[in-house]
Amino acid sequence: MSLLQIEGLGIDFGGLRAVHDVGFSLKPGEIVSVIGPNGAGKTTLFNMISGVYAPGRGRVVLEGEDVTRMPPHLLARRGLSRTFQNLQIFQSMSVLENAIAGHHLHERGSVFADLFSLPASRRRSKASEESARVLLERVGLGRAAEQEAGSLSYGALKRLEIARALALKPRVLLLDEPAAGCNAVETEEIDHLIAKVAAEGVSILLVEHDMKMVMRISNHIVVLDHGEKIAEGEPAAIARNPRVIEAYLGAQATEVQNADG
Amino acid sequence: MRFSSKATTLLILIAVIAIAPVFFPSSYYFRVGSLIFVNGLAVTGLVVLIGYAGQISLGHAGFAGIGAYACALAPVHLGLHPALAAVFGAALSATIAFLVGRPILRLKGYYLAVASLGFGILVSMVLSNEARLTGGPDGMAVPELGLRGVLRTVGVDLSNTEFWYAFSGLVLVLGAWLALNLYHSPTGRALRALHGSEIAARTVGVDVAHYKLVAFVLSAVYASVSGSLLALQNKFITPDVAGFMHSIEMVTMTVLGGAGSVLGAILGAVILTTLPQVLTIFQEYEQLMLGLVMMLVMIFMRQGLLPSIARSVRGRGE
Repeated sequence: MSLLQIEGLGIDFGGLRAVHDVGFSLKPGEIVSVIGPNGAGKTTLFNMISGVYAPGRGRVVLEGEDVTRMPPHLLARRGLSRTFQNLQIFQSMSVLENAIAGHHLHERGSVFADLFSLPASRRRSKASEESARVLLERVGLGRAAEQEAGSLSYGALKRLEIARALALKPRVLLLDEPAAGCNAVETEEIDHLIAKVAAEGVSILLVEHDMKMVMRISNHIVVLDHGEKIAEGEPAAIARNPRVIEAYLGAQATEVQNADG
Repeated sequence: MRFSSKATTLLILIAVIAIAPVFFPSSYYFRVGSLIFVNGLAVTGLVVLIGYAGQISLGHAGFAGIGAYACALAPVHLGLHPALAAVFGAALSATIAFLVGRPILRLKGYYLAVASLGFGILVSMVLSNEARLTGGPDGMAVPELGLRGVLRTVGVDLSNTEFWYAFSGLVLVLGAWLALNLYHSPTGRALRALHGSEIAARTVGVDVAHYKLVAFVLSAVYASVSGSLLALQNKFITPDVAGFMHSIEMVTMTVLGGAGSVLGAILGAVILTTLPQVLTIFQEYEQLMLGLVMMLVMIFMRQGLLPSIARSVRGRGE
């Protein structure tokens, strides 16, 4: 059974069809990548699935429940989390606090207990701090915990966003260009991290421009062009698909074949 | 920030409040001190709203007005003890903040500023115009709190100004303690998260509308208690307490001192309460100097006095 199902999703911006009739599904633990040229509608699709935009057409079904147009904080309660292409870091907080903030749904309690710093409140904070430190270790930011988030490099902030999203203990994780701005070593680390998270049963929907990475870790690839799905299938089939090569891969196709070989 | 850790802040605050009187040449200074604490309390509430949650209000004097007039009216009409009247005022402020906050907190930035401004003006208009109840622009008397008499029976004999200095100082420390507790709590993190990025806060599950309302209601209670303290120590109150200028003053103190830090904002209250007294040496240029100081601080210390100073001191130490 699919964990997340997208059916005929579409949205218009001022008469312009940004995304039209896109559908696919994710099984538990599956890694599905959405690829396509710049402006193909990948981030818009992400924004509709994660409740940031209200889709004009179609449905988003999470674990059998219709969650179309549900606001992000309610989707979070149902186990859907995401990262952002243009970073959305809590800048005035430390790295550790960013990761702790990701535990909101697990640590929230009465405002009264928080105001008076009652034992229940302190216990919740302590539990999320411990979990946050483990997550930071996991994304390789353990040593940077006490630094101000704003002082990290772009690649490190990408990983911090992943740690924050994982804090939710999501069932579905949407990653919008997690490897952008990362060097080869960092990309490989993110690559391993994603594979490990998926192996734990979390479904991952990925937008990524690094084709080597996409081909390496995806179980399934959806190709968008001009807001419409032009192909989907296994990585090897996508790499050979003439429509995909024409629309997107073009010059990169040889690169991908070299990576395969 | 290591600098603004809870214990350090509270220690500094308590030490200053306790030691300052040693240097007071006259009872007038106790009076200025207690005014600073009353302002400091309102400003601490605004740190939660502005500094933590990143929301603005130009109408919080409205809540100070509700707190103040609750102390004047509730003892007469409801037979409440003045202390209970302050609690009643706080509860009323919280309720009104809840009802007003729901629709206006959907607005952002200057839209929110204007809507909250409207609320403040509304309250001060009601207080001025309901003359039969409130005495109108002439104001009305406020009953004695009576706590000083109780203290005297147990052997603590304080003058009126000394008592209000100590009592408002105590309430300020309590208010600061609560706000500092909140900062490092799950609620505080949710507030600071939505300040940093609303969209990211939503995706980690923060109900943004709910938490903005929490900050608004809490800050309204602070403003209300501050208004009550002012009314009780002056034993007289006019609608000016709810006026536009008072709202602006509160926000200016908060931002000038440093909205992100409780101690900074209280420093803002110290400066803007005492500066007009100090600047009287410039006579007719007093207001001019005050405006100049405010502009210079904001131009050269954008984050407010205390955070900027703390940063440059730390920078030199490293």
